[in-house]
Amino acid sequence: MTMPFYVAPEQVMKDRAEYAQKGIARGRSLIATTYDSGVVIVAENPSRSLHKISEIYDRVAFAGVGKYNEFDQLRVAGVRHADTKGYAYSREDVEARSLANLYAQYLGQVFTHEMKPLEVEILVAELDPVGNAHQLYHIAYDGTVVDEVGYTVLGGDADSVSAQFGASFRFGWTLAEALSECVAALSGPDRTLEVADLEVAVLERGHDRRAFRRLLNGELAELLGRPATGDEDFADLRSDQSVDGRDDADPRDDEQQHD
Amino acid sequence: MTLPVFPPVGDPGPSFVDLLRATSSGPAGDVRREPPGLKEALPHLAAMPAVPHGTTIVALRYADGVVMAGDRRMTQGPAIAHRGIEKVFPADRYSAVAIAGAAGPAIEMVRLFQTQLEHYEKVEGTQLSLEGKANQLAQMVRANLPMAMEGLAVMPLFAGYDVRRSMGRIFSFDLAGGRYEELEYHATGSGGRDAKTTVKLGFRDDLSMEEGVELAVKALYQAADEDSATGGPDPLRGIYPVVAVVDADGYRRLAESDVAERFDRVLEQERSRSGRDAAS
Repeated sequence: MTMPFYVAPEQVMKDRAEYAQKGIARGRSLIATTYDSGVVIVAENPSRSLHKISEIYDRVAFAGVGKYNEFDQLRVAGVRHADTKGYAYSREDVEARSLANLYAQYLGQVFTHEMKPLEVEILVAELDPVGNAHQLYHIAYDGTVVDEVGYTVLGGDADSVSAQFGASFRFGWTLAEALSECVAALSGPDRTLEVADLEVAVLERGHDRRAFRRLLNGELAELLGRPATGDEDFADLRSDQSVDGRDDADPRDDEQQHD
Repeated sequence: MTLPVFPPVGDPGPSFVDLLRATSSGPAGDVRREPPGLKEALPHLAAMPAVPHGTTIVALRYADGVVMAGDRRMTQGPAIAHRGIEKVFPADRYSAVAIAGAAGPAIEMVRLFQTQLEHYEKVEGTQLSLEGKANQLAQMVRANLPMAMEGLAVMPLFAGYDVRRSMGRIFSFDLAGGRYEELEYHATGSGGRDAKTTVKLGFRDDLSMEEGVELAVKALYQAADEDSATGGPDPLRGIYPVVAVVDADGYRRLAESDVAERFDRVLEQERSRSGRDAAS
């Protein structure tokens, strides 16, 4: 009988963490921040059909970076959890905290017990419909949950983006102010991001039960003070653009989609 | 409760009903299970007239959309069980569903239907077509067939604005899950016949929204006049039928004060038609 090679548990965890971090680092960053009437989430994503930011429930939104198929599976699981919970109990009983904990458990379980950790970092955001106690849960690939206050940055260059964004962040700023700072931080010093490269959604206080709303090109250009591109938003929604080839700098250039 | 993650085989897809079936733990487990002893109890349910029933609902098309209206009465045998229940609901942004029949299963069906439409929209990232929504409701009605055979029938009416065809459409159902598109109008429930006849007499292809709403209000008035199980306007308690419209701007419920005014106008017309003035 052959004996498997002994590998120290520290080494196993380290290898897995490195693997996951590598995968995540190859994607673009994403910023979520509060503003005077809600939460805005801004991501760099040229695709109009494969979303990084999505609706989970009335006041809860989801965002993910890393490997698309993996965070999309988590997104669908979140929708399923929220809908069954709201159906069994009441719509009021669905909240971000319990979902964030479930995500954390699942990610932690996969990280320690499966061959391959999930190469994702996710965000669960909940709107406070009356006050300003919005909740932002940042969950890492190993199941670490951080309850962030004000803003959070996910993805590859999180540290540098966070450093720049944190310097300009203010509580209670307007949507237009928050957006332009998000875009500035995401593009960094030597790039400019076009409206078409952005995916933006808000959880917005208002009359609608469902607070989640996507900001499409026209509205986005207006808020950012850019000239309108003339593209019809409707045409954008229908486009079948793929995320393939997004990360041109990726040396591995494999079939995997990393957002 | 664990995170509902499924292997690719056995994934319920965008169907909420299948999801409830597939979830073995958590609150959903309680929801999907039939109550114990239901099969034995069903034959006895039929014998007692004690199950509350909702009554008259009507839907009609106008030039830019559909009007849907329902009275507010729930009956339990000969007694009035509730004066203010609502039978017209938004199914999603562009459609409405109304119910007649056994109130318990009917309201539960609406809740499941609403959840299903929103669930599909979120999971798939796109809305079902109007016909797809109608078919989903038909499946739910068919699933209720065993209960219907024991006297707990649910008769929904579905109407909405078809954003792909830019028109209002109405669908009616039978107990076995049959789904029929109605080109002009439909009414169901105990006062449905009277309501339908009233709409028939006043219907034109090019009704404006105002005219459509007026016709629906008249239809409910006539149904309440002829059918004891249908509630009329109740100025004493300030309870008026629910009237909603669905058009390109989505579902809108008319304000109660607005509906009250329209009923006052119908009463006025009835008075002058029969030669009685308000004082007599």
